Amino acid sequence: MSTLEIRDLQVSIETDQGTKPILKGVDLTIASGEIHAIMGPNGSGKSTLAYTIAGHPRYNVDGGSITLDGENVLEMSVDERARAGLFLAMQYPVEIPGVTVANFLRTAKTAIDGEAPAIRGWAKTVNEQMDKLRMDSSFSARNVNEGFSGGEKKRHEILQLELLKPRFAVLDETDSGLDVDALKIVSEGVNRAHQETDLGVLLITHYTRILRYIQPTHVHVFVNGRVAEEGGRELADRLEDEGYDRYLTAQA
Amino acid sequence: MTLVDTAPSTPGSAAPIQTRSERPTSFDPADFGTPTGREVNWKLSDVARLAPLFVDEETSGAVEFDVTALEAAGLIAPAEGDAVRGEIFRPEDLPSAIAWKRSETGLHVRIPEGEAIAEPVFVRLRGVDAAGHANAHIVVEALPGSNATVVLEHSGSAALAQNVEIIVRDKADLTLISVQQWDDTAVHASAHQAVVGARANLKHIVVSFGGGVVRVNPSVRLAGEGAETALYGLAFSDSGQHLESQVYLFHEGPDTKGDVLYKGALQGAGARTVWIGDVLIGPDATGTDSYEKNQNLVLTDGTRADSIPNLEIETGDIAGAGHASATGRFDDEQLFYLQARGITEETARRLVVAGFLMEIVQRIGIPELEERLAADIEAELARGADLAPASKAGA
Repeated sequence: MSTLEIRDLQVSIETDQGTKPILKGVDLTIASGEIHAIMGPNGSGKSTLAYTIAGHPRYNVDGGSITLDGENVLEMSVDERARAGLFLAMQYPVEIPGVTVANFLRTAKTAIDGEAPAIRGWAKTVNEQMDKLRMDSSFSARNVNEGFSGGEKKRHEILQLELLKPRFAVLDETDSGLDVDALKIVSEGVNRAHQETDLGVLLITHYTRILRYIQPTHVHVFVNGRVAEEGGRELADRLEDEGYDRYLTAQA
Repeated sequence: MTLVDTAPSTPGSAAPIQTRSERPTSFDPADFGTPTGREVNWKLSDVARLAPLFVDEETSGAVEFDVTALEAAGLIAPAEGDAVRGEIFRPEDLPSAIAWKRSETGLHVRIPEGEAIAEPVFVRLRGVDAAGHANAHIVVEALPGSNATVVLEHSGSAALAQNVEIIVRDKADLTLISVQQWDDTAVHASAHQAVVGARANLKHIVVSFGGGVVRVNPSVRLAGEGAETALYGLAFSDSGQHLESQVYLFHEGPDTKGDVLYKGALQGAGARTVWIGDVLIGPDATGTDSYEKNQNLVLTDGTRADSIPNLEIETGDIAGAGHASATGRFDDEQLFYLQARGITEETARRLVVAGFLMEIVQRIGIPELEERLAADIEAELARGADLAPASKAGA
């Protein structure tokens, strides 16, 4: 049983117009096995939260804390956070020319586990997981994210989630740009990881569509860098009917 | 990669003094002045270190040729008879004219008509006298309908002036790879000139890892209708190395296709690469499809990469033509992605650089050579592991 705890998190970025505050005091506590949906309009700071947890250098933490079972996450480098059990499924995975998926997955698995996986068993595991995500085995020989369609990139992110077995996964708009079939396949992958490893999930999304396939235990509405409302599954249903307008109106 | 775009200014801003096709040629060294470093084709070169190659003298034995693989495959043309030496080759600079005049070898590789040679054929050139001067003119001729891969491998040390005359007859398919894995004292100037016939294909790859000064200049004329070429290059320049390629691609016939991609990595103080890419689409080259690109990755401060793409188009009726040039440091987003999967920064850097260069290696198509070059890249990166990464300001 692990806990990821975010307290009064304040984050800013540098822009051409100067320092711009994005997160203005975020509180969130996620335990193993819980699925928290973070919803909110564009520009509310959802992705900033995701990248700050992962440690992207663009985001400056001005205050507050992130701890994983009491360990200070903010003091860890990006790779240390991943090795501590945090995973970020990216909205826009980058291409890495000349590095094959097979090489990348093996290198990442070796880094996370601290030892190289057994060659034969690993290849079999990778193939089985790819099969479950309806990824052709030829993927292994392709270069990371190079020439991948939007759906292929997202499946590749979930493949990594299932192979690397983190304690907590942040899914940054994993549903964006997916058709219904791909959304189902990707959601099944997340649900498998959740069931098999008691994964804690922070599911960031603009739309309620993915919540038909992944059942959240908690729903948080993000507006203007803060959690504006919290609730259970029923809050998502209400958002589906009403949208974000009432939060934006209240803010104005 | 987030590479800084260094594409040149648009045509018309400065009229070229001389187009690439009008460069003077001669078989007589006396017709070329000794390069000073001010000439258009020498201005980015290390003329001081190349100076041994400017001496018109009888040479012998500083470079040994191992052609056993060629002999075994029966690919050496007899010295007498229908020699094609000079059929298409015209020296364009002093070392090339000297190499023509003083060549120690009459090596003429000939792929028989209609024959497909499945295994790549390796020709090994080994420098055995670091203070010695050597001259060589080599002919590689692929007869109509043939298919073969010839690899020239250079190692050891010497000062070598070299011509490689490449004739790809109609419907032939030739891959020619030149690998420079010299010792750091070696000096090498090489002029490759190729003519590609109708519906013929030339894949030409230059890989320069070792050597003090290495200047391999490929020049390819797509003469026949539907001729195609892929010109790839890979350079890894360490401290004190000057690795250069001046690439000239002339679309002469109709419906020809050219793809030029050269990549360089630089690490350590004084590491230098030079790439000049000229593409000429001639008046009869309707339907041409041409693209050239040079990308350089700067791994440490104190390096210099020159990258100059040029494109001249003399017909409006083409399928497409483009060029790009970019020199930059690491892409932080690539590093972030890898580190977010638990991979340490150092390992992530090595993966990204190796990957950047492997893009060329992956196109070679000879597993044995690809594995060896992958290992060479790893060794180069291990050598630079203790050097500080390029600062952001150096981008």
